[in-house]
Amino acid sequence: MASPTRKASWGGNKMKFYLRKIGFYLVAFVAAITINFAIPRMMPGNPVDSLIDRLAAKGGAIAPETRAAVQSMLGDTQTGIVSQYFEYVKNIFTGHWGVSVTFFPTQVTECIASALPWTVALVGCTTVISFFIQQLLGIAAGWRHGRLFDNIVSPVATVFQSVPYFWLALIFIWLFAKTLNIFPLSGGYDYRSVTPGFSWDFISSALYYACLPALAILVSSLGAGVIGMRNMMVSTLSEDYITTAEAKGLSPRRIKYGYAARNAILPSFSGFGTSLGHVVGGSLLTEQVFSYPGIGQMMLQAVQSNDYALLQGLFLIITVTVLVVNFIVDLLYGLVDPRTRIQD
Amino acid sequence: MPEENTNQLNSVDNTKLVGNMNRASRNSRLAIIKGMLPKRSARLIAGLSILGLVLLVAIFLPLFAKEPNQISDIGLTGPSASHLLGTTKSGQDVLAQLGYSTRGSLIIGFSVGVIALILSTIFGVLGTYIGGWVDETFALITNVMLVIPGLPLTIVIAAMIPNKGTGMLVAVISVTAWAGASRVLRAQTLSIRGRDYVLAARIAGEHPLRVICVEILPNLLPVMASQFTFSVLGAILSESSLSFIGLGSSSQFSLGTMLFYAQNGSALNAGAWWWFLPPGLMIALVGAGLSFVNFSIDEVINPHLRNASVKTPKGHKHGRKRTSAPDKTLEGKGGQE
Repeated sequence: MASPTRKASWGGNKMKFYLRKIGFYLVAFVAAITINFAIPRMMPGNPVDSLIDRLAAKGGAIAPETRAAVQSMLGDTQTGIVSQYFEYVKNIFTGHWGVSVTFFPTQVTECIASALPWTVALVGCTTVISFFIQQLLGIAAGWRHGRLFDNIVSPVATVFQSVPYFWLALIFIWLFAKTLNIFPLSGGYDYRSVTPGFSWDFISSALYYACLPALAILVSSLGAGVIGMRNMMVSTLSEDYITTAEAKGLSPRRIKYGYAARNAILPSFSGFGTSLGHVVGGSLLTEQVFSYPGIGQMMLQAVQSNDYALLQGLFLIITVTVLVVNFIVDLLYGLVDPRTRIQD
Repeated sequence: MPEENTNQLNSVDNTKLVGNMNRASRNSRLAIIKGMLPKRSARLIAGLSILGLVLLVAIFLPLFAKEPNQISDIGLTGPSASHLLGTTKSGQDVLAQLGYSTRGSLIIGFSVGVIALILSTIFGVLGTYIGGWVDETFALITNVMLVIPGLPLTIVIAAMIPNKGTGMLVAVISVTAWAGASRVLRAQTLSIRGRDYVLAARIAGEHPLRVICVEILPNLLPVMASQFTFSVLGAILSESSLSFIGLGSSSQFSLGTMLFYAQNGSALNAGAWWWFLPPGLMIALVGAGLSFVNFSIDEVINPHLRNASVKTPKGHKHGRKRTSAPDKTLEGKGGQE
């Protein structure tokens, strides 16, 4: 029977682990907000005036409230920096993220809300598919370590890691859309013949348009995961329990999946969690190359028209997703593998 | 100061005569230096040759090539004898641009690599050696920088600085480039910090900076070299991403700006493959070269990898080697998210 004191100390460890995690992500969140707050205020020139000028050029008269809103997001020379900071934080939590110049007079929050589903659907699905392919290739290469399959897959995966992924997207467009005419060049759906909504026409059109971007993201995201899983697999195969399993006369198939892969896959889950966190902000340039109506394309438009409020909003949403997903993954990992709770 | 050397090398037999000691320490020092150099392997040779080739292109191509900005009326023509890689939309020579761009990308990549090396050494080694709240704070800053997405952050910073020069661009990329290396260096320093010879040097009253430079840093050199290759590769990729969306240096050619002009000059629609293929291939070439060199350095750091590369008899039951395993992951690789 476990003594009560030992049980209490174990519970205390657990508590400490969760408190540490919560504390760390709170600090990271505050840091992200502070960076967002500080960048426009540290830059040369006056982003507020240039933004107001551009708003005025687009939409005529500027209401005093609009000016105040812009100032609270980007900086104000009149009030002190501390009160500005609290005003800024308040605005963030109440959803006052400012007005977009590019999509004037739409609120930044509305712009982001319209682009988010596209990105989450495209990159989210691709990330999940990519994970399965990565693991299968990694298991196969690690199992037949040093053989032909491994000698082809590993170097190719290494090279693909260092290829700029937006360039790969360009090649895909050139090959599949331009030369072979299999897929459409750009966009998220056929805007000429279908209107967005829950109809089969729209969904099938959107799926068709998502094929090529998905393929590009898939290919460029495979490399690191394949190498990682392959190395873990090789590592696990040298463990004593594999030898025991072989000595017992278990079938190679059972050893491969039930003994080796099952244990080697653990670190991949944490990698998978990280890539889920990067769903929103991880494929910005690929989306841009395909003019896919998601976060990436919106960020490019914000950059091109110096739409600081929108840019900041996008950065905030990307960062918050990463933080939240990483937080959940860390907690889950602590449950799946209790050793991490103590080591940390 | 032979005592110190023996101290550091940790492998000299103390019972040897003093006369032999100098020679013994010199020999084992040579052995240690030799141990730090990557073993000559196919990977190392491949990596170094690729990098050497790229370096030759970056140094010599601009000397002999045409003026990269010289426009002419033969826009978007394919490769020919006068223009080996064809022309851009406004008739500029793609080969000349490629030479200058490779040079620009390498300059930016190596500058960021050096800055990241310095920053990660300060945060990862110095902070860890000092310990206490300094270490805690530095580790916290490092972990926060690691978890905040790098490319979006650099995009936001770069977008707010109009008309960047190359120096400014290097500074912006460096902001996010050091954290991964810092974490790796911290883990290594933590293990070295408590070793006997470091403690001995501290007890002997050595100046902390001397302890770091003489006792700790030499042992970190292979790790630092490996992280340096990652930083350079990450920086070249970040730079190409930034430049590709028009946030690059306004004063220097780079492989990213070339792709930016190719994309905006509708090279894709015109099917001008000679314009948009070479810059990307060049980046991939640099990346492959750096990765191969990095693998060779890893064999120095991680003895398991050295065992794994030994040839084993073929015809094993399941066709795999029974060697201990490389547990290397590519965690340290920054840049591409």
